[in-house]
Amino acid sequence: MDLTDALQSLAETVAAATGPVVGVGSRTQFDAGNPVPTDAIAIAAPCGIVGFEPTDLTVTLGAGTTCAELDAVLAEAGQEVALDPADPAATVGGVLAVGISGRRRLRNGPVRDAVLEVRFATADGRVVKGGGPTVKNVSGYDLPRLLVGSFGTLGLLGQVTLRARARPARTQWGARSGAPGAVLASLVQPSAVLWGGTITTVLLEGHPDDVDRELRAGGLECVSGPAPFPQGPHRGRISVRPSAIEDLGPVLDATGCRWLAEAGVGTVHVAADSPDALAAARAAACSAGGWLLREAGAPELDGFGIELPNVAIMRRLKDAFDPEGKLAPGRLPLISATASR
Amino acid sequence: MCFPRSTEEVAAAVRIAALHDRAFVVRGSGTGLAGGATPLADPLVIVMTQMNRILDIDPVEQVAWVEPGVLNLDLSRAVAPLGLHYAPDPSSQHACSIGGNVATNAGGPHCLASGVTSAHVRALEVVLADGSIADLGGLIPDAPGYDLRGVFVGSEGTMGIATAIAVHLTSNPPAVRTLLLDFTSVEAAAAAVSGIIASGILPAALEMMDAQITRAVEDFVGAGFPRDAAAVLLVELDGLPAGVAADVAAVERVGLAEGARTVRVAADDTERELLWKGRKSAFGAIARIAPDYYLHDAVVPRSRLVEVLHRVYEIAAEQRLTVMNVFHAGDGNLHPLIVFDAREPGIWPRVHDAGDAILRACVDAGGVLSGEHGIGIEKRDFMPLIFNPDDLDAQAKVRDSFDPSGRANPDKVLPAGSRCGEAQRIPEGAWI
Repeated sequence: MDLTDALQSLAETVAAATGPVVGVGSRTQFDAGNPVPTDAIAIAAPCGIVGFEPTDLTVTLGAGTTCAELDAVLAEAGQEVALDPADPAATVGGVLAVGISGRRRLRNGPVRDAVLEVRFATADGRVVKGGGPTVKNVSGYDLPRLLVGSFGTLGLLGQVTLRARARPARTQWGARSGAPGAVLASLVQPSAVLWGGTITTVLLEGHPDDVDRELRAGGLECVSGPAPFPQGPHRGRISVRPSAIEDLGPVLDATGCRWLAEAGVGTVHVAADSPDALAAARAAACSAGGWLLREAGAPELDGFGIELPNVAIMRRLKDAFDPEGKLAPGRLPLISATASR
Repeated sequence: MCFPRSTEEVAAAVRIAALHDRAFVVRGSGTGLAGGATPLADPLVIVMTQMNRILDIDPVEQVAWVEPGVLNLDLSRAVAPLGLHYAPDPSSQHACSIGGNVATNAGGPHCLASGVTSAHVRALEVVLADGSIADLGGLIPDAPGYDLRGVFVGSEGTMGIATAIAVHLTSNPPAVRTLLLDFTSVEAAAAAVSGIIASGILPAALEMMDAQITRAVEDFVGAGFPRDAAAVLLVELDGLPAGVAADVAAVERVGLAEGARTVRVAADDTERELLWKGRKSAFGAIARIAPDYYLHDAVVPRSRLVEVLHRVYEIAAEQRLTVMNVFHAGDGNLHPLIVFDAREPGIWPRVHDAGDAILRACVDAGGVLSGEHGIGIEKRDFMPLIFNPDDLDAQAKVRDSFDPSGRANPDKVLPAGSRCGEAQRIPEGAWI
């Protein structure tokens, strides 16, 4: 499938819009960060697999393709890209624009490390390419990493090339009671170590004998699946130093929030029944030196809760790519966290 | 030229350059191969070799803070007692600095599985072109806003100067096996590379050496490389023991099926180190053949390796030059090496023409200009081969956002005319 015309048409649509524009996928993360302007025109990226060469371990696709569809195509060749969105209906473009890494980040690295090339529509209607299609490339500035996590404020992702990898021979969850620090230290290469306060759940991937060995080393009992992500109307994602998680857990319990931490990474998924409880979780995150990204609900809370670091450089980037301020205005607190509330 | 000893001194040097409206160029160990640190037009040269302290090592979070002048191999040596290492390992790792690695987003044989420098840099303290100090990235995941750390890595000194770097330290794998496979044709070796990758194995390293370089290395090091091989593959597998054992068996199987004459599995660490010494001595070994060499660096999709290698040999023959290939086959990162004697009259144009033709052949095969050396001045004017004017304009915007003054290492990476409208700018005082 060739998306050249579709990308051109995406860029023309962006350029033709006279008001605010946002990229839209499956709306699974539409509430993350600051609110999408209510008067914005929502534009979808093209979808479909452009090219998949199993021996290259790379796949090129329209950013509007869902993660589920990508996974199905790669699975036929025994490969995968560990995007792991909470909802597999999420589009690849949406996952990248929000920049949220999946729960196997501990082993696979952040989502931006999987992106090799991007093609995006600029505010003035051009299609720009950054990066390159090969698994290794240092030709020019790293636009792919700039676009990942930019919340659609610099350009609309249209097509991306991702690095794939072989699916593991065996995937097994294990669990044991207690805090994650000791478990982490006893394992060689866990794919995920999740902690909910009483139980530590671990994902092991690899050769079946090695998985067994790691289960024994960690003192883990096999379980059928992971601890579920906390659910609730008001949700967020805390970022702290990985070493801060074990102390943060009891503080979060006191807020009345449900939470699940990614040990070794520094991410804590939080859900609450009231906006106040989520606000209390944010305060706990800030006390631990971190912050909270609002993912859903709690409309009174601003999206990030902290000023952007190096905002002067970020504003210059925004002004250079989007001088009219048309792309997802306000979604990132480029003015200041307090002013955008 | 100045040799600052602290972040404050770097900032002062940059401010002094600003006062005198001078450009500045940052330089590490000077091992770069694309000319990124080469001073053009009389800039202030800021040399980082005096800032060479390891500031902090955190074995629990597996992070080290280092000054930019710390040598790559010195960091790995320092953390070895903790069972850790710094993964990117350029062939120059005994001499190149971590700051230079950050500037070029350097790679190395072991970046196949673990990724190049950017995947291992968590945070940076940098001095910007106006003399201010900024912290990019951080040890907390997912800082809100744009990934300025990601953009800075690989920017070749054009966005500022890294003065402290937090790098991820990788745990030493419990099992490591290193294999040497030898083949009677380059095609068979390349087919084995594809076969290994396609079978779902991601080796820690997968290196290829062609006939001439294998002979040169063997004469130099005596590592037991077969002198009559058309090509050899050096394959390293690491991880947990059962997975590594299964992968060793699979690599042997694929290699033999593709026509490997022998598969040698290093019996112990001494033999393993000897094989790697052979690979990493390749550039030194060339001195036995000719006094000069020009090392190229381009990447092609792995599936196009064979045809591009053929084209590389053809180009060398057309220019009556000797070319050798020693490269990171696993990720398609070619390093054609043109060996010559610069004293031979009229040879430079042939060397350059061959280099141009090789780069174009790589790009024609869907490749890119550089896998790990960077663009610098060497490949700056080739950028339009893979980027159109809109792409280059976007890159210029990124650069200018970091350094509106344009004084940080100007005239590197981006060719003249990259900014939209730049070429059409009417000189001051021109009559129109």
